[in-house]
Amino acid sequence: MIGITKESFKTKLNHFGKTLKYSLHCIVSPFDGFWDLTHEKRGSAGAATFIMLMTILTGIWKTRYTSFVFIRVQWEYFNIIMDICSFLLPFFVWILSNWCLTTLFDGKGNMKDIYIGSCYALTPYVLIQLPMIFASNYITFEEGAFYNYFLTFSLIWCAFLFLASVMQIHDFSFGKALFSILCILVGMLVIVFLLVLFFSLFSDAIAFFVSLYKEIAFRFY
Amino acid sequence: MKKIICYSLKCIALLFLAALLIQPDKAAAEEDLFYTYTYDYWGIERESPDAYAMNSVLFGNSYGIGNFNSPEGLFVRDNRVFICDTLNNRIVEFSYNNGKFTLVKVVTEVNNEGKMEPLSKPYDVFITPDNEWYISDYGNQRIVFTDDSQNVLGTIYKPEDEETLSADYQFLPQKLVVDSAKRIFVQAQNINKGFMEFENDGEFVGYIGAADVQFDFIDYFYKLISTQAQRAQMEAFVPTEYNNIALDSEGFIYATLGTFEDSEVNSANPVRKLNAKGTDILIRNGYENPIGDIQWGNGGGYNGTSKFSDVTILENDCYYCLDMTRGRVFGYDFQGNLLYAFGGIGYRQGNFKLPVAIEAIGDSLLILDKELGSVTIMTLTEYGKLINDALNTYKIGEYDISADYWRQVLKLNGNYDLAYIGIGRSLLRQDKFEEAMDYFKLKLDFKNYSKAYKLYRKEKIEDNIGYVFAIFMVLLVIIFVRNTVKKIRREVSEG
Repeated sequence: MIGITKESFKTKLNHFGKTLKYSLHCIVSPFDGFWDLTHEKRGSAGAATFIMLMTILTGIWKTRYTSFVFIRVQWEYFNIIMDICSFLLPFFVWILSNWCLTTLFDGKGNMKDIYIGSCYALTPYVLIQLPMIFASNYITFEEGAFYNYFLTFSLIWCAFLFLASVMQIHDFSFGKALFSILCILVGMLVIVFLLVLFFSLFSDAIAFFVSLYKEIAFRFY
Repeated sequence: MKKIICYSLKCIALLFLAALLIQPDKAAAEEDLFYTYTYDYWGIERESPDAYAMNSVLFGNSYGIGNFNSPEGLFVRDNRVFICDTLNNRIVEFSYNNGKFTLVKVVTEVNNEGKMEPLSKPYDVFITPDNEWYISDYGNQRIVFTDDSQNVLGTIYKPEDEETLSADYQFLPQKLVVDSAKRIFVQAQNINKGFMEFENDGEFVGYIGAADVQFDFIDYFYKLISTQAQRAQMEAFVPTEYNNIALDSEGFIYATLGTFEDSEVNSANPVRKLNAKGTDILIRNGYENPIGDIQWGNGGGYNGTSKFSDVTILENDCYYCLDMTRGRVFGYDFQGNLLYAFGGIGYRQGNFKLPVAIEAIGDSLLILDKELGSVTIMTLTEYGKLINDALNTYKIGEYDISADYWRQVLKLNGNYDLAYIGIGRSLLRQDKFEEAMDYFKLKLDFKNYSKAYKLYRKEKIEDNIGYVFAIFMVLLVIIFVRNTVKKIRREVSEG
């Protein structure tokens, strides 16, 4: 094997651990944290991917292991791939749209920075929802207000972090960040529209050639 | 070679034998024609055993009085059955004993102080416990009440109420009930303010239970931006109109209504229970509101949601709604849980073409079909009886006996959610929390599960409070010791 010795593996693991631990700093002091995350290279793509995977896993574990008092799933109709895609697709479209538009708005961050920043912004989701899965099995329906409060809180926190990440990574002011997020959301819709259009045109084109072949086949046989 | 032939012959013989053995049982297949079902937590249809079985069908012809022509009204008092044979302008009375009907009399006219007045299109009749007849004489635009031998005691014509009734309004009473204080509640055609309420002397009191106006924000927006002329052309906000009325044993009015958009079925409350103030007090604790079918398709000429045409209430507050869209009967318990649904559109016995009225008599249901001019008698089966017994015993507080009935129901129908929940409830009363939780969890009854779990958790904590306390103390001691050790070490290293 080339490159990976015991020593280098250890330093890599060390770096991963350090950058992952940085996410905890990032979520409590987001303005300072997201600035250093990309500008001082205190985050890593590896840790970011790990957080993203944990988010996906949390989502799946949540449907599976949350007490039926709070979430009831019709397992016959549950599709794990759809479940994963319904998170991943908007997430990557967000990153793409974010990059496309912030480049126009003189944003400082590149695609990698945006990816790392967006992933780090998901940390509260994992940190709060994962223990809540466990807790949900020990509380009753009447105490569900606490449960719902925590879930909502985690989502609001995440939303705030997304805003902070856009501000700090691209060095935007608050107003500009808000405006660009609005544009990013519209941009996401445009991207999805283009994708759908592309697929529909593509399938039409294929259908044309298929019917062409059938026509020729009927003529000769 | 011979061996092979012999062997293959044996095989063929065996196959024949097998084919004979697995031939479908014809009797079983015929029974399946009557389809009874319930809905589970997810709103998925679950087949269930028949709760009511086809007994017999009553036609006017078999009593030598000619077939009924568009009968609209059906009423039962004790074992007397009254049928309003609307287009034949008569009311027919039967008595029902041991599953058999005998013709008692045919009423075509009433005796108004010596003058015989013929009935015209009687829509409905109500007989009070002291045998006074209240007839909604639709064609004569009046309500007439008589004694048992049709001597008129009073009449009600169009009330003089200029505020709500215009001069050209025609008073067309359709359905009516009379409560124990002899107040008369009338559902009249073209009245959308609820039921008309009359005192027994014929004085018009007012309206009760006006169906609330469905407020639509989009309509409101259009009204805001449209001109006066456009607004006048638009349909006015019209509250929905009731189509039937029934009285339960405690004197509450049950009402059905069938005029609503399919998309509004959940908020329309097509069956209601009105108190004296006219507020809807029906309990809706089931998986879904009592709206009839939860899943429906549009095929075979039958479109849209269930539309109730009548409701009847049993002694135990179970009520049966009659759906005229698909000719089904929906049974609900007093909490609004669907017990079972059965029936269908068709000419076969036990199916209906246009069911308009339902009444209960003893263990049976009578269903009046307007188009066929028939009354269908359906009788409670063993399965339906067990469910009723379970509900009755639950209502009077005999939870354990009720659970035993539910266990018997489960033997007949393993898909019956109410049975699981009923057993769970009884286990909860017996302080068997863990078992109760199992039953509730099976049927996703999270509210009852939470109740059971709360008690279970309390019990567990109380049982183990000693250990919890001990662990807590040990932790405290450990922390204290660690801190002291640290302190001493620091002092030693410093000193």
